[in-house]
Amino acid sequence: MPPSTQDSKLEPELQLRLHDLMVKSRVLEETLISMTKSGDGYFWIGGPGEEAFNVPLGLLVDKGEGPAHDYLHLHYRSSAILVAMGAQMIDSIRQMRSVATDPYSGGRNFVNHFSVHAWNVVPVSPTIEVQYAMAPGTARVQKREGGTGITIVNGGDAGAAEGDFATCLNWSSRPGQELPVLILVDHNKYGISTPSTEQWHLQDISKRAEPFGIRRALVDGNDPEASWQALSEAMAYIRKERKPFCLQANVSRLYGHSSSSGAARVDERDCIAEWEGKLAARGLLSEERAKAVWEKYRQEAKAALAQVREEPFPPPEDIWSHVYAETDGSVGHAGRTTGERTEG
Amino acid sequence: MANMAQAIRLALHYGEERLGVTDVFGEDVGPPLGGVFTCTQGLRTAWNTPLDERGILGMAMGIAMTGRRPVAEIQFCDYIFNAIDLLKLAGNACWGSHGDFQLPMVVMTPVGSGIHGSLYHSHSIESIISHVPGWKVLMPSTPLDAYGLLISAIEDPNPVLFLPPKVLLRTKGDELIPGEPEDARELHALIDAPLGDRTQWKPQWPDVQPYRVPIGEAKLVREGKNATVVTYGRLAPVCQKAADELRAEGLSFDVLDLRSLVPFDLEAILRSVHKTRRILVVNEDTEVTNYGEHLLRKVVDRAWGELEAAPVLLAGADVPGIGMAWTLESASVPQQPGVVRAMRQLATAPARETGGFLATPLQLARYR
Repeated sequence: MPPSTQDSKLEPELQLRLHDLMVKSRVLEETLISMTKSGDGYFWIGGPGEEAFNVPLGLLVDKGEGPAHDYLHLHYRSSAILVAMGAQMIDSIRQMRSVATDPYSGGRNFVNHFSVHAWNVVPVSPTIEVQYAMAPGTARVQKREGGTGITIVNGGDAGAAEGDFATCLNWSSRPGQELPVLILVDHNKYGISTPSTEQWHLQDISKRAEPFGIRRALVDGNDPEASWQALSEAMAYIRKERKPFCLQANVSRLYGHSSSSGAARVDERDCIAEWEGKLAARGLLSEERAKAVWEKYRQEAKAALAQVREEPFPPPEDIWSHVYAETDGSVGHAGRTTGERTEG
Repeated sequence: MANMAQAIRLALHYGEERLGVTDVFGEDVGPPLGGVFTCTQGLRTAWNTPLDERGILGMAMGIAMTGRRPVAEIQFCDYIFNAIDLLKLAGNACWGSHGDFQLPMVVMTPVGSGIHGSLYHSHSIESIISHVPGWKVLMPSTPLDAYGLLISAIEDPNPVLFLPPKVLLRTKGDELIPGEPEDARELHALIDAPLGDRTQWKPQWPDVQPYRVPIGEAKLVREGKNATVVTYGRLAPVCQKAADELRAEGLSFDVLDLRSLVPFDLEAILRSVHKTRRILVVNEDTEVTNYGEHLLRKVVDRAWGELEAAPVLLAGADVPGIGMAWTLESASVPQQPGVVRAMRQLATAPARETGGFLATPLQLARYR
């Protein structure tokens, strides 16, 4: 007897929505990678292989601006979170091509370095793990001002060796001053080329939360249902108790570290292939329909890239904008030491 | 008259009550101590942090990302080195996000020598921090300027580093802070925490008024004609005393207290150099790639033809630390006799013909 849709706690519609967004994220990342090889961009780094964890996360975020909503302190493998939150493919393609229309950095930062003030997505840093030191700051404001907004911070297993991870655990858990932070570790088994087993005695890094009195869990980040469940439970706890929770997701890294390692497909578990298998077995997704989803997003990405190729790069004089914020929020003035621009 | 620590406290109090400061925090910043220099005693929003400078800066950045206004303290600037990439990130958040995020945050950290601080309580950091674009950098030399600069810093939408000189924190000024009681003993009774048990103590805040020192505006603290002396922080009062001493020799100086290092008041410097045609920069940071070299380079760029003597920098010795013995400290950073000698040397050096090549650079005597 074939398994039925009743095998999942998730509604069929949501199961398909997860699939749709996972494919959209994957197609986006594969497009970005192809752009490094077609001369449409320089450096790629991203998160293909993390969709089964990051799409549920993006859907569960309380999206909005200000402390009443969730803050996200993300690392550069978080594209599926943003896609699930509603980010447009074309905007990542713009950042990859470094055009002036890049809404996240105006052509200044690497791809997958988001900044979306309207959604509380704070600027993603190219240097790892620093976001763990900042997360307690937004969480402190959220705790003080009430409501159910939480702070979500993610990073990798390798980066968790930096002291900022310990900073986050400590500052989030001081007695009587606990902070509503979801502390995530996306464990992809590598730091660039060095296996995690060469970097850590500990392979479940969420165990580091224990001596801080922080609740923790470990989840299979290749399983969107398990991820949905684990994230829902962790977030419900944080929203209600206003205390931290540490969750490790074991994920795949399907195209290596970045374009510095060739960005070639590697043989690891593929969460989308697995999910398509499950959905097919449940009678929810035919092979044809799955193909149509892939095709829909490939067409969207192709059209977006064609459009972005026509968009201008930032003009040279743009380097002087936003050096400083002005009181009225307008374009920052230039020449920070002298009030004059340095030409040439 | 308030001392500088009291002036900072009054500005923070004004910031809490009127300017939306939500958090004043750092190591030993909250009760019972209220800061190792007493700068944060009695403040409503002051709290203690773990001994974790990266955590302190990260906390400030997180709070500022919500649009709230934090004031963080790094207990001594000497402790900020392990957090330098967070300074970088705070400095590039606005630029890197193309204006999407602003960080309206202030970081206070006392700087410089003069308290027998030896290797790790005597640092100057203006040369390093001026290499971190996106920050504004302020250094007061009087209590009133500390008050006015800190209020401007709090109101600024950018990250601002506020650097009170350690040795001046206990020094009284000769100007009243608006709203401050005239009798210093009265101010002491109102806002200084008692020794011993402080659990029941609450400050009685005077009704201080707004006063702003505009960021980027130097102050001409002595006027003269023989040379321009540009300085800031601990050495600002030293250079003023040196100028007063040299009046007896018939020499007079423009002394500019920069107050704001990034951005700095190049126009004020050029106005003065246009008059005196000679310039000396005095600070106590180590000499190699010293912030003062940037000031001199800007002057050379803009006023080369007007200079009638080689522009000079009197700075700290380029050695790895400041020694504990007073003989070592005073041999490492400029002291008043050395400043007097440098000013005299510059003011009395033979003039070259303007518009030609510079004369041989002055070899300044060392500091003591």
